[in-house]
Amino acid sequence: MTRPRDKQMSIDDVVSRISSGMTIGIGGWGPRRKPMALVRALLRSDVTDLTVVSWGGADVGLLAEAGKIRRLVYAFVSLDSIPLEPLFAKARQDGTIPEIAEWDEGMFFTGLKAASERLPFLPMRAGLGSDVLTNNPDLSLVTSPYPAADGVHEEFVAVPALNLDVALVHMNRADVHGNASYLGPDPYFDDLFCMAAQQAFVSCEQIVDTAGLTVDAPVQRLLIHRTQVDGVVETPNGAHFTTCTPDYERDEAFQKHYARSAADPQSWAAFKARFLSGDEAAYQTAVADWRRSDQHGEKGK
Amino acid sequence: MSDVTRAEICATAIADTFAGDGEIFASPMGLMPTLGVRLAKLTSNPDLAISDGESLFLAGVPPLGSGREVVEGWIPFRRVFDVVANGPRHVMMGATQIDRHGNQNISAIGDFARPSRQLLGSRGAPGNTVNNRTSYWVPKHSPRVFVEAVDVVTGVGPRRAREAGVAATRFHDLGRIVTNLGVFDVRGPDDTVRLLSTHPGVSVADVQQASGFEVYVGAEVPNTREPSAGELMLIREMLDPRGLRYREVPKPEEQ
Repeated sequence: MTRPRDKQMSIDDVVSRISSGMTIGIGGWGPRRKPMALVRALLRSDVTDLTVVSWGGADVGLLAEAGKIRRLVYAFVSLDSIPLEPLFAKARQDGTIPEIAEWDEGMFFTGLKAASERLPFLPMRAGLGSDVLTNNPDLSLVTSPYPAADGVHEEFVAVPALNLDVALVHMNRADVHGNASYLGPDPYFDDLFCMAAQQAFVSCEQIVDTAGLTVDAPVQRLLIHRTQVDGVVETPNGAHFTTCTPDYERDEAFQKHYARSAADPQSWAAFKARFLSGDEAAYQTAVADWRRSDQHGEKGK
Repeated sequence: MSDVTRAEICATAIADTFAGDGEIFASPMGLMPTLGVRLAKLTSNPDLAISDGESLFLAGVPPLGSGREVVEGWIPFRRVFDVVANGPRHVMMGATQIDRHGNQNISAIGDFARPSRQLLGSRGAPGNTVNNRTSYWVPKHSPRVFVEAVDVVTGVGPRRAREAGVAATRFHDLGRIVTNLGVFDVRGPDDTVRLLSTHPGVSVADVQQASGFEVYVGAEVPNTREPSAGELMLIREMLDPRGLRYREVPKPEEQ
């Protein structure tokens, strides 16, 4: 029997497809189901000058701190239970991200839709009257060619397409061909990220047989189809420390440790040395060691 | 009732902002707005649609801190955006700054290019304010929050909307601003912030002193109403038995 091609690859294979100056879309939402294993690999690479497009969480904080971002397109950067992402806030306050594009979060959805539909823009109300337009002078307005009921030709924000060179997303399950499912509460916009990109890479908790994708999950869980995907990587616990419901929830204790470490240069250097100096396997081992030892120690403090 | 706390006054004031909304999606951001919305759903407006703040519409009304309830629908983020554009929604957001003209800032303090303090970012405020009824909750009314002009306009006030044209005003609908001192709208002269009521124990002078601009005060400023015995029971026994409301609006002895 002939089968579609096998797109399995390693984390390093994914990074080898990314070059400096590219525009990278990162799936998930804030501190939820982020492709953190792929982000960590980017931190270790010599890739730089990236345009990063993200409903941001620690992915943005870490890439900003590592000096990887030339231009950031975001609507918020938050860890939810810790409202302000500390490394992102520091980067903004130190002025270390050269170009900043802060949009309304719904504009992101519209920009990704425009890109996925190969349109230069889509019209939207969001942004009108706000400093999103003031602070992004490249955003233009468009006049409706059709009169409204009152005869007025309304003027909308022309949200430009968020065309991506590469999309990175993390899903619960995938097959080797790139069909992928989410098993948690929200698909987020990972399919749109893939469709807005020239190349899309899916990391997942577990690679299963194609038949296995629908054994214990309804077909509507299959958000991403292989026709949208260029590579598949199995990265167990690869969204850590963000949520990957139902495989695991957010590691709140570790997130606290991250935020606390980020608040001070010395403790941040120690955090990086301990968790971010090796490969993904080393990261997962370091986190497991931390959970066994330090966490209990910190609780006692 | 003499033992009613300020937090409970605020909860009913928030609930009252949702009372006349009919069958729409109530989107409260944060703890006190959630308490107020759930109180409204149990009293003045059972038709309100509420969510677990993540992806589910809830048929019942759980206490704060719990999302366990019968589910009546699915509202992941992409469908939230659909509802924002479609219209039937009333959102109550926070505001790090809010100004005389009802503009809100949750983006950054200082110069946007190099802020002295980076906040959350614009989030959905620009889209919310030109599409849905938008109200604000301010737990700590002070001259640093009520400012003459916000540093970054995220939520659009009525004047800015008018200046932006018909597409911005067609569905613009600024509701109420509820703070720990009183209740406001933005219907003063030239669409400025107007004091509607002060919470019991708060004077008009207290409000002016805590504001960085002169709040418009009409001829008569009543006290914000106190919760009924039934509302108090719902707040205390059912919706917030753990007293989480006091984290945002402390009792006087805990301040």
